[in-house]
Amino acid sequence: MDFNLTEERQMLQDTLRRYLSDKYTTATRNTILESETGMSADIWAGLAELGVIGALFTEEEGGFGGAGFDITTVFEELGRAGVVEPMLETAVLGGRLLAALGNDSQTALIEEVIGGGLHLAFAHGEPTSRYDLNRVATEAKVSGGDIVLNGRKAVVANAEAAGYLIVSAREGGAVDDEAGISLFLVPAGTSGVTLRGYPLFAGGRAAEVTLDEVRLPASARLGAAGAAYGAIAGAVAAANVALAAEALGAMVTATELTRGYLMTRQQFGRPIGSFQALQHRFSDLLIELEQARSAVINAAGHLSDPVAERDRQIAAARNLIGRAGRLVAEEAIQMHGGIAMTQEYELAHIAKRIVMTDHRFGDTDYHLERFIALSAA
Amino acid sequence: MDLSYSPAEQAFREEVRAFLRDELPAALSDKVRSGAELGKADIEQWHAILNGRGWLAANWPKEYGGAEWNAVQRHIFEEEAAQANAPRIVPFGLSMLAPVLMKFGNQAQKDYYLPRILNGDDWWCQGYSEPGAGSDLASLKTRAVREGDHYIVNGQKTWTTLGQHANKIFCLVRTNPDVKQQEGISFLLIDMDTPGIEVRPIILLDGTPEVNEVFFDNVKVPAENLVGEENKGWTYAKYLLTHERTNIAGVGFSQAGLDALKRIARVEMSGGRPLIENPHFAARMAKVEIDLMAMATTNLRIISQAASGQAPGVESSMLKVKGTIIRQEINDLTRRAVGPYALPFPSEALAGNNDPIGPDYAAPLSAEYFNNRKLSIFGGSNEIQRGIIAKVKMGG
Ligand SMILES: Cc1cc2nc3c(=O)[nH]c(=O)nc-3n(C[C@H](O)[C@H](O)[C@H](O)COP(=O)(O)OP(=O)(O)OC[C@H]3O[C@@H](n4cnc5c(N)ncnc54)[C@H](O)[C@@H]3O)c2cc1C
Ligand SMILES: Cc1cc2nc3c(=O)[nH]c(=O)nc-3n(C[C@H](O)[C@H](O)[C@H](O)COP(=O)(O)OP(=O)(O)OC[C@H]3O[C@@H](n4cnc5c(N)ncnc54)[C@H](O)[C@@H]3O)c2cc1C
Repeated sequence: MDFNLTEERQMLQDTLRRYLSDKYTTATRNTILESETGMSADIWAGLAELGVIGALFTEEEGGFGGAGFDITTVFEELGRAGVVEPMLETAVLGGRLLAALGNDSQTALIEEVIGGGLHLAFAHGEPTSRYDLNRVATEAKVSGGDIVLNGRKAVVANAEAAGYLIVSAREGGAVDDEAGISLFLVPAGTSGVTLRGYPLFAGGRAAEVTLDEVRLPASARLGAAGAAYGAIAGAVAAANVALAAEALGAMVTATELTRGYLMTRQQFGRPIGSFQALQHRFSDLLIELEQARSAVINAAGHLSDPVAERDRQIAAARNLIGRAGRLVAEEAIQMHGGIAMTQEYELAHIAKRIVMTDHRFGDTDYHLERFIALSAA
Repeated sequence: MDLSYSPAEQAFREEVRAFLRDELPAALSDKVRSGAELGKADIEQWHAILNGRGWLAANWPKEYGGAEWNAVQRHIFEEEAAQANAPRIVPFGLSMLAPVLMKFGNQAQKDYYLPRILNGDDWWCQGYSEPGAGSDLASLKTRAVREGDHYIVNGQKTWTTLGQHANKIFCLVRTNPDVKQQEGISFLLIDMDTPGIEVRPIILLDGTPEVNEVFFDNVKVPAENLVGEENKGWTYAKYLLTHERTNIAGVGFSQAGLDALKRIARVEMSGGRPLIENPHFAARMAKVEIDLMAMATTNLRIISQAASGQAPGVESSMLKVKGTIIRQEINDLTRRAVGPYALPFPSEALAGNNDPIGPDYAAPLSAEYFNNRKLSIFGGSNEIQRGIIAKVKMGG
């Protein structure tokens, strides 16, 4: 047992924390939130230069990390600073899908991703699929030598910035079969693809994607026809580890802000942190935070396990983080009083990041059900 | 014990229902249902419609043009109005200031201000809180110094809800800094147009400009705008707060919220089946519904105990704590119910000329969840309420 970060990861954590505390101030971030693209090209280039994107890929893939603990090291820091740039979409989801299924020319794109020059988006969820990964109604039909896509994709994060959409579509099986799902690399601007973009409540942007007779060459397929589910589940597992770590980082910041405020805000002639009613609740947050950190460690440490155990650990982590996250977000706001209700105060953004995590790749209840099912198996 | 409504009460409910069906403009209820922001004109329109029927001032005595409803009637109206997606009645003039004026104001103030509140001539806002005086309201510093027949006011109020619409503000000001805090406070009525007043919006975390900061720089206020006696303002302020806390349970809002939640859960799909059939979600909904059923009866028990016109005591603190927890829980579940469609930012999702993003009910839900965190903070935070309960019950 060793609960310390390796020297490399410790360095990554230190550099990233320093970079973000210098460059990603509340004011800067609030400007990014209001901007048209919902992200900063400078910050993205800066993160690439620091090697943050490369840390999310293995050496074989051209990076220098790629393991569960690399993901958690990066995403805890992104979460602490409330970063809204699409690291999850481009590097974790997009990058992992390319790495898992791509042929040589497709995986060559990873170099561009690591360099910061290419964004990706995973267009998978559909208007009524909710969190089910297996539920894909979008169709892919072979027509001549080409492939034709028809369907709708919902809340596709980072779709507008992406050089390629990685679109899932069904080439066989029933609407909720795992078998029969394929992935396609769809270059931005392909005819028949319509994006309706919008900002997200907790920062960043997404789009509703309509695919209307989208014609692609057969070479656009990632991997074998109908066999993408395993890679999708793998990339989403990594994304869930990232989301859990991001929420943990945000919870750390929420708790630190609360601690500072409890010690300085004066009411009734003394710091409000001197009221035991608040002290105990603050202590509960710290207790939950330790539990949350352990859950993230469990998930990251099992990311390379056989699928069933991997997914059971991840479901456990996301369920615990979902519960602890809601508690931390709500209690931090409550213990601040009115000030936490204002948009320009850091906690407002941080609390939104925490709560909105629970709407991506499964909420607290979804992961509870997954955990029950996987534990019974 | 009899849990049923009397025939007269049932008839009253029918009357309210018919009124809402006939008189509540669809344009307003659509806005409320979809969570769109209500403008000043919207609220004024609804106030005017209610006033036309004599129902705007539910708790005012008839002699002042009120409906003089008893607690059960008020409860029935609140339930039906919430169910019909009627706009909320803005309480600052009607249920905060007016009771204070009726009890402590002089004849001239009653004659002048009360009809103007009913007619919508004045929009009042509440100038209690300051940056340094939140829960510890009595520590307020905004200073009013008597000079001849005027007070000169300097200082700052904050969190002033809908102050951007208001032409009047009732303020707690410090008139004597040399005595015990509570004994040096006065209750002053101030015209927002007076030179030296500046209103700055505060954007809340859901992006709405709901509250404001109000700055006072040598603002001249006629001495006749003092309510009651100088330095007795704390008594009036506390009287007002007990009125602020009636309907604090928000049972009507919770019931309407729960109904909306069920409608959504019937059409949202989870694992290929309606969400309402998902056992975990169904269990969460059931628990909050069970709490709400008991809350509705607790609320009725407490309000029917309090003699008409008299505000309930420590029980209103209990209603506030539990009522806000229930409302916030319903907001949480409704946000969860829509899955990934809780993620889009609402003002985009609501942009009038576009189709909604995702199902039309989804857009405002995250914003409402976050906005309603205020329920346990304002009107005396839930911690302050718990402190009051313990103090009263243990004589501390
Ligand atoms: C099964 C059992 C085994 C035990 N074994 C041992 C043992 O081996 N050796 C030993 O020395 N003692 C032992 N104890 C005693 C134990 O340490 C005391 O019960 C404990 O310290 C609490 O003291 P008390 O019972 O007098 O309760 P009190 O101190 O009177 O407390 C009563 C209640 O008030 C709360 N309270 C007290 N002070 C505060 C405060 N400042 N803020 C908020 N809440 C407060 C407490 O949490 C409790 O709920 C044992 C007790 C039990 C029940
Ligand atoms: C959306 C919104 C609208 C509002 N509208 C108005 C308005 O129109 N007019 C107006 O005058 N005010 C308004 N308020 C202000 C509101 O009344 C205050 O926010 C409230 O009184 C709390 O004060 P505070 O925000 O300064 O928090 P603080 O008093 O600083 O409290 C911070 C935290 O400490 C806790 N705390 C404080 N004292 C104690 C104690 N003794 N024991 C235990 N815990 C304690 C509180 O419960 C809270 O959790 C509004 C507030 C909000 C958020």
